[in-house]
Amino acid sequence: MSFVTALIAPQAPPPAPPKPFTAARFFGNVFLGVWLALSVGIFMMIVDGWDPAKFTKYGPSYLSGLGVTLTLVALSIVLGGLISLPLAFARMSKNPVLSWIAYAYVYFFRGTPLLMQLFLVYYGLGSFSAELKELDLWWFFRDAWNCALLTFTLNTAAYQAEILRGAIESVPRGQHEGAAALGLPKKVAFFKIILPQALIVALRPYGNEIILMIKGSAIVAIVTVFDLMGETRRAFSRTFDYQTYLWAALLYLVIVELLRNLWNWLENRLTRHLKR
Amino acid sequence: MSGFFTAIVGAVSAFLGVIDPLCGPVGIFNLFLGKALLACGDAGWGDEIAFGFLVTGTLAIATLPVGLVFGFFIALAKQSEEKSLRLAANVYTTLFRGLPELLTLFIVYYGLQILVQNFAAAVGYQGTVEINAFFAGMIALGVVFSAYCSEVLQSAFKAIPRGQYEAGYALGLHHGRTMQLIVLPQLVRIALPGLGNLWMALLKDTALVSVIGLPDILRQTSVAARVTKEAFEFYAVACLLFLVLAFLSSLVFSGIESWTKRSEAAR
Repeated sequence: MSFVTALIAPQAPPPAPPKPFTAARFFGNVFLGVWLALSVGIFMMIVDGWDPAKFTKYGPSYLSGLGVTLTLVALSIVLGGLISLPLAFARMSKNPVLSWIAYAYVYFFRGTPLLMQLFLVYYGLGSFSAELKELDLWWFFRDAWNCALLTFTLNTAAYQAEILRGAIESVPRGQHEGAAALGLPKKVAFFKIILPQALIVALRPYGNEIILMIKGSAIVAIVTVFDLMGETRRAFSRTFDYQTYLWAALLYLVIVELLRNLWNWLENRLTRHLKR
Repeated sequence: MSGFFTAIVGAVSAFLGVIDPLCGPVGIFNLFLGKALLACGDAGWGDEIAFGFLVTGTLAIATLPVGLVFGFFIALAKQSEEKSLRLAANVYTTLFRGLPELLTLFIVYYGLQILVQNFAAAVGYQGTVEINAFFAGMIALGVVFSAYCSEVLQSAFKAIPRGQYEAGYALGLHHGRTMQLIVLPQLVRIALPGLGNLWMALLKDTALVSVIGLPDILRQTSVAARVTKEAFEFYAVACLLFLVLAFLSSLVFSGIESWTKRSEAAR
């Protein structure tokens, strides 16, 4: 009879099989290498051309340009939101004339480039300066900033109206019926039942719209508004230094990424009752 | 022989001149808007604007395949099992979705200029190098388009169940054939509405390329507006032309959509 007298010492696990060097891995390494080389190159370029005089001269104007961009976008988003409310209701109304007008408005502003609309307002209305002076509106259209604000407000109103309409129509019919069965008046049902659910659906598109507006607002530099892009172009035209564009790119990236992450957080927070 | 070719070229251009929708004998400008400002030829700006229309359309159509192909490969990279490939693809999309299109255009335009200039200097060529505005616009818009396109395609990839791939492998198809015969047809069907939106955005972004000097609709109408001082009329015409482009592409897309769904219609 035999039995175990000594315990077998614990063994190390066998070594993991070597990872095969696949094509995907090869390309991944190559592309990461390209990004790395690019970022090192850009960093070297910035270090190489670092000029404190330029930084102190153009740094503050970049910040003021950033302020102009953010003010323009914030104002136009809020004002556009106000206009989008009647527009969305006109689009959903049973009156064919009203819904057709709203549809034409939305189609026009979503079908043509923002730059074209800006030119239409700034240069196009500028050719009616005599009539506008008579109406005492010339002081408004003379300033590029006002024209940009007007164009952006009208443009984002069209997009926001579509977002709002889509969100309101996405609320199931049963919610309306449930509210009616409880005897709630239409107005109360809309504000207490339909709108809160619609706004959660609309949250993500609204965030995208704000980001699109921030990116789209760069074009006001072409009509001589000195926003972030305008200050960048001014700095570039004076120094012929490619870095000016890289700094602007960095600022835009930071804003957009901040907003994107803020919106992710907001959405997680507001929809936590829907998670299972 | 050369006479034969010139005859063919002449016939083709004559035919194109006849069916030209803007400036031909039955064109819009000649039939409805045949006023002095929009007349074709030396008298008006009709033919210049028609050329701009052509350039805008060409730029958008030339950018589309570049963006689609790059977007497809980036979408593939984003769902690869290889970490470094995923990371590289994510850096790409974060970068080009976060930058304004105008800034991307400037960075590509001036950056390419510097790169090519340095390269030429290294080779030994001393002289100024000018980057073609069409080419720079094509690259910048293609890069932005591919970044958005990869997101659309990635979400479409996620909508295709794993069983579809497994069915392909069970039939003995290798990876490429599975992709081509089983996944791609479904992918197109799912991604088409998103791609349609991207195409519209691309069409509108082409207006930005006028800033670096490409003679597209916007630039041609701007020149006309500056010369004639009739800014509102010309920009309104430009807006109308863009609306025409939008309308045409919505027609084309609804055609493609019903074509991709032809197998579902019978059921």
